[in-house]
Amino acid sequence: MTGETTGGTTGGRLVPARLGPSDVLRTGVAGLRTRPARVILSALGIAIGIATMIAVLGVSASSREELLRRLDRLGTNLLTVSPGHTLFGEQAKLPEEALRMVRRIGPVRTASATGVVGTTIRRTDRIPEAVTGGIAVQAATSGLLATLEGRVTAGAWLNAATETRPAVVLGAKAAERLGVTRTGVRVWMGERWFTVVGILGPMPLAPEIERSALVGFPAAADYLGFDGHPTTIYERSTEESVEAVRAVLPRTVNPENPEEVTVSRPSDALAARAAAASAFTGLLLGLGAVALLVGGVGVANTMVISVLERRREIGLRRSLGATRGQVRLQFLTESLLLSALGGLAGTVLGGLATTAYALARGWPPVVPPWAFAGAAGAALVIGTIAGLYPAMRAARLPPTAALSAT
Amino acid sequence: MNRLPNEPVRAGGPYVVELREVTRTYGGVRALRGVDLLVEQGELVAVAGPSGSGKSTMLHLIGTLDRPTTGTVRIAGHDVPGLSDRELSALRARHLGFVFQQFHLAPGVAALDNVADGLLYTGVPPRARREKAAAALERVGLGHRLGHRPHQLSGGEQQRVAVARAVAGDPPLLLADEPTGNLDSEAGTEVLAVLRDLHASGTTILVITHDAEIAAWCPRQVRVRDGRIAGDDGPGTGRRAPGAVPATAKGASR
Repeated sequence: MTGETTGGTTGGRLVPARLGPSDVLRTGVAGLRTRPARVILSALGIAIGIATMIAVLGVSASSREELLRRLDRLGTNLLTVSPGHTLFGEQAKLPEEALRMVRRIGPVRTASATGVVGTTIRRTDRIPEAVTGGIAVQAATSGLLATLEGRVTAGAWLNAATETRPAVVLGAKAAERLGVTRTGVRVWMGERWFTVVGILGPMPLAPEIERSALVGFPAAADYLGFDGHPTTIYERSTEESVEAVRAVLPRTVNPENPEEVTVSRPSDALAARAAAASAFTGLLLGLGAVALLVGGVGVANTMVISVLERRREIGLRRSLGATRGQVRLQFLTESLLLSALGGLAGTVLGGLATTAYALARGWPPVVPPWAFAGAAGAALVIGTIAGLYPAMRAARLPPTAALSAT
Repeated sequence: MNRLPNEPVRAGGPYVVELREVTRTYGGVRALRGVDLLVEQGELVAVAGPSGSGKSTMLHLIGTLDRPTTGTVRIAGHDVPGLSDRELSALRARHLGFVFQQFHLAPGVAALDNVADGLLYTGVPPRARREKAAAALERVGLGHRLGHRPHQLSGGEQQRVAVARAVAGDPPLLLADEPTGNLDSEAGTEVLAVLRDLHASGTTILVITHDAEIAAWCPRQVRVRDGRIAGDDGPGTGRRAPGAVPATAKGASR
């Protein structure tokens, strides 16, 4: 030792040595190593909380990713035009020539129309007229399938010949509700039989078509008394000009009363669904937070017990020259390690759960990076809060504890 | 073993331990009622007395684990009542070594690391800690047991590891609280032999004991009774070599 210490002088300043980060870590690990079972159990509480939160966020992110990918495949350049209301609150009508006008807009690549026909479709004439099954009968222009980029699962779409005949193409849901699985069968529409010539596949951007029975414009006029006014115009332009087209559509469709025209973008609804976190997600997230809180209480409990049991060790460390701060730091480190361990395990578990669920649903497994950051942050905050009180207790123990305890 | 020739003697004297008119009261209980004790460098001193005599309180005060109610306590020249808790911690880290009756070794941790961890709060870097620990274990005759864990060692060996931990940092004062209290006589002899060797190499040692035989073995005896010093051979007498290690043990000596 230096002369300052043995010479009997009182001059030398006594300054405690600082512990390096690796030494602090070692003291924290030392406490955990001797009680592995307890460590695993109390870290499990944190792990379950973190895993729940990661999985909830991951599953909702995965489903969102799936929606966005679908949106990407479907395209966002489809606009629909439908009649709004007149100034007097009545249902407005689109002019008969509206479709032709829309096709004249420069960037418009393709446009088609449907018009609601005031009649019903039934499997046979024996079924009462009121039982419509929620199926709308609509007139459709022959370009509709191309505009919607849909396809038929059976038979064929309306062509120049069939659009003038009593032939009908059923949307996927309409066919299902009518119990029609093949073409060639007859259905009762208006006051006569129509032959099913085609069945459509799913139409994610136009779900109303899925629930429709479609006949040609001429046939609708000839056999069902259709007035020729379109009720929905579907239009696709180039992606860049969607907004420009949207701006001119009302005036083009109905120059006299542009305010009676409603333009919408079906992909917006999907995008909105993708953006909105469901209430369910919020609930589950809350559940995860509760689990995390319980886990934190578990860690705090473990730490308090640990401090009680280790009075002698604490006393020994104090006699070896540990300051109160160093004892506090040791127990805080231990608590942080404990919850970090749980956080790590929970992150892995949550990631696995997300992947398993997403793959089972055919979704791309995605966990947002901020969820991982949040998990790490939550584990550290919980560890600190849970360790603070036990660490203070440990630091307050008198150094004589090592000698008095037997 | 002589008074350090080049060391200037300043106010407070060359004493490692200096207690003057020390009292310590717990609640209404007067554990110490005016104790004077001076220990010079290189002494081997037994503080002996029955339980309840106040010798444990003396150990707490000399070990700076507690503060006196009144009186002066100087350890290695530092005035204990005037120091903050942090400063006392630093004092313990650098100037004091403790040996406890219950060894207090970390279970499942190799002897070398148990000793090296004793230097954790001294500011010695990790590698040097292990080197000093190996040297200290060599000194207590356990150079061949560095990797052994406490449960693989006999009681005497465990206590020798604890002694190595206490002296690894070369503290000017070694405090041993009933160091043989938990050992059979053979193991106790083993530990006393280690203390004898440390004393011979110049370490100041204070042994707190209620065992008259061990007290008699020490060259200087301080007898405590009812919170007072009942007998003291006087400062400096502890420099003499101790007698033969008490041989209640069956002739065991190193």
